[in-house]
Amino acid sequence: MPGGAGPLVLVEGLSFQRGSRTVFDSLDISMAKGEITAVLGPSGVGKTTLLKLIGGELRPDRGRVVVGGDEVHRLSRSRLYAMRRRMGVLFQAGALFTDLDVFDNVAFPLREHTRLSEELIRNIVLLKLEAVGLRNARHLWPRELSGGMARRVALARAIALDPEIVLYDEPLAGQDPISAGMLVALMRQLNDSLGLTSIVVTHDVEEIAGIADTMHVLSGGRCIASGPPEEIRGSAEPSVRQFIQGLPDGPVPFHFPGPPIAEDLLGMAAGGPAAAARA
Amino acid sequence: MEAFAWLGRRVLDWVEVLGRGTVFLARVLAGLPGAAARVRDLVRQIGRVGAESMVLILVSGLFVGMVLGLQGYNMLVRFGAEESLGLAVALALVRELGPVVSALLYAGRAGSALAAEIGLMKTTEQLAAMGMMAVDPLHRVVAPRFLAGIIAVPLLAAMFSAVGVLGGQFVGVGLLGVDDGAFWSQMQAGVDLRDDIANGIVKSVVFGVVVTWISLFQGHDAVPTSEGVSRATTRSVVWSSLAVFGLDFVLTSLMFND
Ligand SMILES: Nc1ncnc2c1ncn2[C@@H]1O[C@H](COP(=O)(O)OP(=O)(O)OP(=O)(O)O)[C@@H](O)[C@H]1O
Ligand SMILES: [Mg+2]
Repeated sequence: MPGGAGPLVLVEGLSFQRGSRTVFDSLDISMAKGEITAVLGPSGVGKTTLLKLIGGELRPDRGRVVVGGDEVHRLSRSRLYAMRRRMGVLFQAGALFTDLDVFDNVAFPLREHTRLSEELIRNIVLLKLEAVGLRNARHLWPRELSGGMARRVALARAIALDPEIVLYDEPLAGQDPISAGMLVALMRQLNDSLGLTSIVVTHDVEEIAGIADTMHVLSGGRCIASGPPEEIRGSAEPSVRQFIQGLPDGPVPFHFPGPPIAEDLLGMAAGGPAAAARA
Repeated sequence: MEAFAWLGRRVLDWVEVLGRGTVFLARVLAGLPGAAARVRDLVRQIGRVGAESMVLILVSGLFVGMVLGLQGYNMLVRFGAEESLGLAVALALVRELGPVVSALLYAGRAGSALAAEIGLMKTTEQLAAMGMMAVDPLHRVVAPRFLAGIIAVPLLAAMFSAVGVLGGQFVGVGLLGVDDGAFWSQMQAGVDLRDDIANGIVKSVVFGVVVTWISLFQGHDAVPTSEGVSRATTRSVVWSSLAVFGLDFVLTSLMFND
């Protein structure tokens, strides 16, 4: 196992609410330097939210996030930006700049943060696009890309500056088996050849188990299991097993929390429109 | 009691929005030196906001000038002072109608487009992505547009006034038979560089700042949904227009009260 030089990203006692809904309740996770850490969990559990908290886009209600020794939410804006410069983020929807073409999207961070010549920038951009298989799509506009292609361009952009940490939000969603396999290999290769630390948020257990060094499973605002993939997959813990094996019934609810369906449907039949209006 | 609570909430909301708007403005202002240094991007933005409003401004200016010529002539001819038509038209345009109407047209045409653009960039997480790339979107995206607006609005107002004078001349001299020499010489003698032209420019710079600020802020403050962006767009026009009228009264009473 590569790296292992201690935690680079540390989440301690993290609590976070969206309105009245508690997304995290005293969450603890530590992510080791040089590793690929996968964060798994059902849709809506707060995986994207966790990445936004790590990147300093959202503020926790309680607890702290430490990246490379700095407490993210205590940094001044300029220190926060200095930290983000060492970080590449792949957004769940890609978030490409719609007024720039594919090439300029990938070149954007290079032009903003370096004084490299246009020729050098061109070479770097083409190499990054080559790595995600889209070198020949460089003249396309974001609106001309499929969802999976847009996400791969966004990945090329996220790694343009050779960051130390890459946060991937669902890199495999919407990818065909060939690109998914290629992306997984790319993530592993980036991690090993550049000595990156990767944090991958996903619900694709099978694909990610092949490359992750450590996996964390989130449920109900907490981390319910952590460990190497074999251990997680072999876990006897019912809620972990349910999620890993994709079973519909078990301790992890498929449904967004709230009143049961009987109340919503039968409540209307029993109580009439007045009761329905209350719901 | 209910009404008081409602009013109180509204006032608090207002104060909060004003506070957020001020913080927003301060951060954008901090980005202005950087925006000014990116000459190419700045010129592109000026071209965009300027070109978007230019035809509208020119056509409107022409018609407003023609109406001024007509109305001014009818008024002045009663006192046998139709020779002063050029002066009357020019003063009305330079002091009031040029800055005010061009700012209103700019708010409706370019300001709403700015609000929609920024709002959509927020909705599609482009601003957040930029922030995560350690590039402050308020500096990189908003500041150049702000500066472009401040530069474009006085230019648009000047064009509006210039075309308006030509419109007034066309009606007054061409159609109603006012003496051409008198039209221009009275104008030249009567329009004061500092009192009229400089004050008119100050007005349109102020309007440019306020309208562009409101539009960009509304876009940036939009709820990130399609409905949120559409509301932000409408709101940018409503607030900009009100601000222009209100500020015009304040500025006029400060400038021309002697
Ligand atoms: N802007 C928001 N306002 C209010 N609630 C939100 C907002 N964004 C997310 N949430 C809530 O926060 C919770 C976590 O959302 P999040 O996007 O982090 O889920 P996720 O684990 O990334 O899901 P997915 O796998 O579907 O992407 C959800 O229950 C969602 O309802
Ligand atoms: Mg998500």
